[in-house]
Amino acid sequence: MIWNEDVECLDRDGLKKIQSQRLIDLASYVYDKNPIYKEKFDLLGVKPSDIKSIDDIKKLPFTTKIDLRDSYPFGIFSESIDKVAEIHVSSGTTGNPTVVGYTKDDLHLWSTVMARSLCCAGAEPGDMMQVAYGYGLFTGGLGFHYGGIEMGLTVIPASSGNTRRQLKIMQDFRPRILACTPSYAIYMAEEAKKMGIDTRKSSWEIGIFGAEPWSEQMRKEIEDTWGIIATDVYGLSEIIGPGVCQECTIKQGMHIFSDVFYPEIIDPDTGKDVAEGEDGELVITTLTKRGIPLIRYRTRDIVSITYEKCACGRTSPRISKVKGRTDDMLIIRGINVFPSQIEDVLLGIEGTQPHYQLVITRSDKGLDQIEVLVEVEDRFFSDEIKRLSQLESLIKERLNSTLSIGVTVRLVERGTVERSEGKAKRVVDNRHL
Amino acid sequence: MKITQISIFLENRKGRLSEVIDVLGNSSINVRALTVAETENFGVLRMVVDNPTKAIETLKDNGFVANTTDVIAVEVADEPGALASLLKVIDAGGLNVEYMYGFVERKVDRAMMIFRFDDTHKAADILAASGVKVVGESDIENI
Repeated sequence: MIWNEDVECLDRDGLKKIQSQRLIDLASYVYDKNPIYKEKFDLLGVKPSDIKSIDDIKKLPFTTKIDLRDSYPFGIFSESIDKVAEIHVSSGTTGNPTVVGYTKDDLHLWSTVMARSLCCAGAEPGDMMQVAYGYGLFTGGLGFHYGGIEMGLTVIPASSGNTRRQLKIMQDFRPRILACTPSYAIYMAEEAKKMGIDTRKSSWEIGIFGAEPWSEQMRKEIEDTWGIIATDVYGLSEIIGPGVCQECTIKQGMHIFSDVFYPEIIDPDTGKDVAEGEDGELVITTLTKRGIPLIRYRTRDIVSITYEKCACGRTSPRISKVKGRTDDMLIIRGINVFPSQIEDVLLGIEGTQPHYQLVITRSDKGLDQIEVLVEVEDRFFSDEIKRLSQLESLIKERLNSTLSIGVTVRLVERGTVERSEGKAKRVVDNRHL
Repeated sequence: MKITQISIFLENRKGRLSEVIDVLGNSSINVRALTVAETENFGVLRMVVDNPTKAIETLKDNGFVANTTDVIAVEVADEPGALASLLKVIDAGGLNVEYMYGFVERKVDRAMMIFRFDDTHKAADILAASGVKVVGESDIENI
């Protein structure tokens, strides 16, 4: 079914009318309520009254992750904190994490876009859904939870981990829908085989997988192993969390709900639009959010877009899988990791930055692992093993708490980290995504 | 009286130890005593050599992470019970041993023990006062 047929199947002119009115309202809203946006508008000499249609969006300033970081924790909020109903946190590039807030209306928006997403993936009211995304500060778990309730699913808030229990829930409750990261779906299959469970006979028929990059090859593996339709979901906490885009069962790109999340695909260097179908940076404007509305937010994700009507009947534009990043962000087990965060931690421990390298691997079981290689330097080398081991543990502890995921740390000899033209190679990604 | 120990950081990697020894051998440095302490991923090679200044230079020139530490070398008779009586002296003096290793000399019936104490100066004084034979840098060179 299509959750909101009136909007999701609306012709382009009709959609443009809605988008235009919403952008006009949004421009005045942020200009009046948020000093950061007022300053940004003033700097470009643009006033809310200059915005007369969605095409005028080009006159408006961009917003970046730096804007969020510099206004930590609540500076980028347009609504006062007492009007905010829920807060989520994701990783920042350095120092402070990224904080996002939802008013009660924003939570309703989230519920409805997630309801649209779930329907897109083939869910029907009355289905049961096992949510194996993490609950907590991460937006994955609660986003699916709210959407499921909104559209009339029976939601099992299993959260991530505890694989044996996940599999028991699947066998005993017989949920039709599984929502988790694609790597976790592969990991669960390995565990299921060990336990003698025939994965082909699982109750799951629909999988909604996201929060990390995955390939068509992984899709095939998941579909073959579990006997399900595997669909892709895209989102980022700054915009709303999951529910920004969702693949339908046709699997020809992810539908972006452009009546509320207006997409532009730009050349990251010039800021100008690229042609339809060309690769560029995805920029999103949240047309109706109230807590933390963002204007022309630079996602740093490289995608392409098509405005052609989909065979499923929806007219909402479709974006490709993320093809790359304009920065060096990595996604490990659904968590955003920036090499600069690791640099920060190392600087904090040793005063000067040693050479380091992140090596990312995907285990046979499908889980991503980060190993941080740190080159030992004369000034912190010791003849005592215990001091070196203490240093190793200290780096590990600090990294685990900064990155919110477990890493392994290995002290290595000088020269181990590959250098090309004198510049150290900071990231080695062996996942073959 | 203390002597200089060379410590070298080594990854647990095949052939790494022989590379260190090769580098030193090529510079005509003689290794008198040697021990390796290791964890799962890395090890620290500790050694006493005839020419520590040249050894550290050579190692650094070859890109190794290495440093020097003051240790105390003590001569003991190569016979049962000799080390035990030395350790009693150390214990009685309230000294903390971080680690120790030993080697036997070829031509005479003596063994040499290398000690790393938490307080090298205090250890040297106590051992000397107890009549233990503490070996100096020049003795090491002449072994």
